[in-house]
Amino acid sequence: MNSSVIIFPGSNCDRDMDVALKKFGFKNKMVWHDDDELPNSDLIVLPGGFSYGDYLRCGSIAGKSKIIQSVIDFANSGGLVLGICNGFQILTETGLLKGVLQQNKNIEFICKNIFVKVNNSENKFFENIDKDVLELHIAHNEGNYFCSEDELKSLEDNNQIAAYYCSSDGKVDDKSNPNGAIKNIAGIFNEKKNILGMMPHPERMIDQSLSGEDGSIFFENLLKNL
Amino acid sequence: MKVKVIVTLKSGVLDPQGKAIQQTLNGMGFANVKDVRQGKYFDIDIDENDEQKAKQSAEEICKKLLANQVIEDFKII
Repeated sequence: MNSSVIIFPGSNCDRDMDVALKKFGFKNKMVWHDDDELPNSDLIVLPGGFSYGDYLRCGSIAGKSKIIQSVIDFANSGGLVLGICNGFQILTETGLLKGVLQQNKNIEFICKNIFVKVNNSENKFFENIDKDVLELHIAHNEGNYFCSEDELKSLEDNNQIAAYYCSSDGKVDDKSNPNGAIKNIAGIFNEKKNILGMMPHPERMIDQSLSGEDGSIFFENLLKNL
Repeated sequence: MKVKVIVTLKSGVLDPQGKAIQQTLNGMGFANVKDVRQGKYFDIDIDENDEQKAKQSAEEICKKLLANQVIEDFKII
């Protein structure tokens, strides 16, 4: 399976993502934001980081870069797109995903392991996944997901909420909400479920000796589903 | 001509920085400060002599880049 990771000025999880994808058998290519065309890909990843130094709004400048039109065309034709952290912010700024990632409620940069509960596994990203509570890592200042009440209703009605922040035993409550995200939302899909944006980093959880391996479960499962 | 743009969070959208500023002001003795909302200000030089046209460009610029209308409003002044 072929994947492509887009690099923006200020991306800093692009190489981690490259390592993760290759570890689980993807043939990955790195793509510069100023390129016109995407290589032939089964999966496009917008990585985490601080594209353009988070100027104006997180992801807003990257969302207008040259390669983005190809990413939008790829996504609209049903291609799989994964945005992690800053990648999620970029996806909301392009309009591919609804809502916006606001500053964390407590005005702190949060860097820690958290748990997420997978809410919808009827899609290529989570279908047949063995565990529905995953320990992943977050590192962000703007991860506080927000959308209008109408948008929230349509996300819920169309089963577009991908994952919720939860406790280690899968309880979705205020205590396990790290950043103030509306309804504990950690990640969402577009309507067709071929675009996933989420704040937690699966690529940081692929090695037992460094962190944990719940990210491995995510990538292995994703590869199986392609 | 120069166009000035102010982008603010919509009412009802949480503004943690504004809240922190308000609490700090209260702590400094400005007990009468009830609320602070933080926004952004842009000074844009548009190569256009017609005010109407410049403001039209500014409006498009705001909608397409400067403001995220999910949470923000903009004002051209």
